[in-house]
Amino acid sequence: MRLMTIRMLAAFGLSACGAAAPPKTPLSAAADAPVLLDPPVEATPSPFEPPPPVAGPTLVRDATIMTAAGQVWPRGWIRLEAGRIAALGEGDAPAPRDGERVVEGRGRWVTPGLIDTHSHLGVYASPGVWAHADGNEMTSPITAGVRAEEGFWPQDPGLERAVAGGVTTLHILPGSGNLMGGRGVTLKLHPALEAAAMRFPGAKDSLKMACGENPKRVYGRDKGAMPMSRMGSLYMMRSKWLEARRYKLKWDQWRKKPYEEKDGRRVPTNPPERDLVLETMAQVLAGEVLPQIHCYRADEMLLQLKLAREMGYQVRSFHHAVEAYKIRDVLAREGVSVSTWADWWGFKIEAWDAVEPSVALIHEAGARAIVHTDSAEGIQRMNQEAAKALASGRALGVTLTEDDALRWITANPAWALGVDAETGTLERGKMADVVVWDAHPFSVYAHAEKVFIDGHLRLDRGAARPAPRSDFEVTR
Amino acid sequence: MSLSTLLAASIALVGATVHPGDGPAVPDATVVIDGDAVVSVTQGGAPPTGATVIDARGKVVTPGFIESWTQLGLVEIEGIESTRDDDAGGDPVRAAHRVVDAFNAASEVIPVQRAHGITAAVVAPNGGQIAGQAAAFELDAPEGGNGLVAPNVGVVFSYGATGGPSRSAVLADLRELFADARVFARNRAAWEKNQYRPLAASHLDLEALQPILDGQVPLLVHVARKADILAILDLAKTERIRVVLIGATEAWQVADMLARAQVPVVIDPVENAPESFDRLGARADTAALLERAGVTVLLSTFSTHNARKLRQWAGNAVREGMTHAGALRAVTAAPAQVFGLKRLGTLRPGQRADLVVWSGDPFEPLTQVERVLIGGRDISLRHRQRALAERYRLLPPAR
Repeated sequence: MRLMTIRMLAAFGLSACGAAAPPKTPLSAAADAPVLLDPPVEATPSPFEPPPPVAGPTLVRDATIMTAAGQVWPRGWIRLEAGRIAALGEGDAPAPRDGERVVEGRGRWVTPGLIDTHSHLGVYASPGVWAHADGNEMTSPITAGVRAEEGFWPQDPGLERAVAGGVTTLHILPGSGNLMGGRGVTLKLHPALEAAAMRFPGAKDSLKMACGENPKRVYGRDKGAMPMSRMGSLYMMRSKWLEARRYKLKWDQWRKKPYEEKDGRRVPTNPPERDLVLETMAQVLAGEVLPQIHCYRADEMLLQLKLAREMGYQVRSFHHAVEAYKIRDVLAREGVSVSTWADWWGFKIEAWDAVEPSVALIHEAGARAIVHTDSAEGIQRMNQEAAKALASGRALGVTLTEDDALRWITANPAWALGVDAETGTLERGKMADVVVWDAHPFSVYAHAEKVFIDGHLRLDRGAARPAPRSDFEVTR
Repeated sequence: MSLSTLLAASIALVGATVHPGDGPAVPDATVVIDGDAVVSVTQGGAPPTGATVIDARGKVVTPGFIESWTQLGLVEIEGIESTRDDDAGGDPVRAAHRVVDAFNAASEVIPVQRAHGITAAVVAPNGGQIAGQAAAFELDAPEGGNGLVAPNVGVVFSYGATGGPSRSAVLADLRELFADARVFARNRAAWEKNQYRPLAASHLDLEALQPILDGQVPLLVHVARKADILAILDLAKTERIRVVLIGATEAWQVADMLARAQVPVVIDPVENAPESFDRLGARADTAALLERAGVTVLLSTFSTHNARKLRQWAGNAVREGMTHAGALRAVTAAPAQVFGLKRLGTLRPGQRADLVVWSGDPFEPLTQVERVLIGGRDISLRHRQRALAERYRLLPPAR
């Protein structure tokens, strides 16, 4: 039933659009002209792969529990049931039930599953050959309609390594060669044969945008095409947003009145022509698709904020954003999160002004700070990256707790992806995305020993080494 | 009073746990430094009269870390070509290209690495089949110098998939080059009189290969695949040259052979994915497997801007089974020994006083670097990033 609703909504071009919902009144039964409706773009869930079976119950007891919601209990417990966190607490655990898996947590730490807001796994898969480069449609600077989900190779050997690092949710983005590179998708790291079966249920897609050096290098420098300069980039973005506003208006008007009166009868009218680029942008304007903007320099982030105000959308997260610390007060006021690194810098001139305590400074100003990776290597040790950001913040004198630093790789990225009601902290009722570590997660020596996704034991280092998941590595 | 104002006097670091780099830790140690050198490291020793005493109780002291493979001083900003001197360009054979000629000790990138305990580096050229001569530097350059320790620690050669000529073509070219370099060495006079057949490379390149052929310095070979490592071991045997393997992703598959042949390897300990068809056997515990087999292991980030991650990289090697002492050696004593940097890498009497005072285990991310000494000089831990952070510590900074 729910599936039908989603498909019907999608059939009207803009799925689940609040302001522009499809007409509630059915069209006149006497309508004599069929309405031309484009086939919908298939959305979650996958029509081909069944959802995983409901996970059996698990009790982890006598572990240090770090909730990323304010608590660190030196001795506590957590119970996972039917894919959700059923209960958790400090001190003595309740007695295990019949058939419940019990994980003895002495000398172990438990955190929420880690979340990366910026990954190109699957769209720039290993081995990194040209034939695997499916994340940048660099044939035109604005390709807002392409979908990372549709360039994603679920056999990327990097995915299993991300799970081994304790990652349970990640956002796969198109690259930054284009001003508007396309739609990003939020996935859970379940084993699957297609991206659609990994989609985070209910998560909004994103629109990946990029400012700065990359688009002007790809087009201006390498192709002699627009944009050749930052001013060209802003001009092209602004022009396209103006088109998108008109496009949205046209659709909104049609949705309000998808018929015309003829001889006292309501005759259905054909909807406006669909344009997948403008459709994605219109969904940003409607708040259904979250803008994720690759942007390094402070002045360019301010330009992007102004553009967003002009056009009427809300930037969800600036990515890389190595100069965000310079405008952290503004970002806090505007409610924009910052996805950045602990220490990447200097590889290009717009990354020259990075500072080590960047994450801590952003956090201190009250903005949502996020440690992201953009890397098949970094995603394997997000806990270490957060620890480095914690250390550099403390060295500067910023007051920080371990819970704060844990939120940089759990609760805050969950918010940036719009899934914070479902995952990112250890709280009752949330998805059972949970990691058991064999040492303090901010120690370089810590391994993710057990990783649960929706309550499924996705990885268990204690078990016999399983065959590699990726078909590419079947002989390893 | 800062140490630099007391250059002439001796310094005593007192109370730390000292890891000398090539042996067991010394608890509650007194490290005495005079001028640029370590005088002694003793447990509970009394500081000499008149020495400046630095209280280091509860701290950990190690030799300064050595990054075994980087382009520090050659590359300021990767994306800006005019700031790069790592690639001689053109000819595939550039044995005569010396990074020492281009090295910029004033690079703003260097102090950022120093602040994380890197005090010396092997700086290597990129590009071509033979990229040129790598050099070693201390990362401090007082009195107008550039910190040079060794102008030529080896000549860099790349072997593996090229996307162009086959491996066999590349090795054939190399053998011809070595043969001609030997011919050249025996017939310099004839060559000078233009009485000799054309040779495989310019006379400068052939000259630059002589230290390889007479065993003074090793050939530093970028190689990853097992089959290619075997080919290089064979080459080393037939040409009677020394080799050091750089990268060596699949070296764990021939660990015993490498140990027997006493071939050292420089490993990126976080390389664990099949990132290319030369690296299908990549695994996280390569360093541990090589250490267990008795191979001399050096650890590297292979990074310039983030050579500072070396401590984290070493920690990851330990996480995957390398011994802590082995990982520490792999970033101190081992590179000093392999690259012939005799006065670096250990804290023994007479060695350069290159050391780091850490607040705890150097490999742990929450550990802070508290003090760095290079050649006995107290090095400022300030750098571009810290200056910016201070400028923007309070907002608005200059608004």
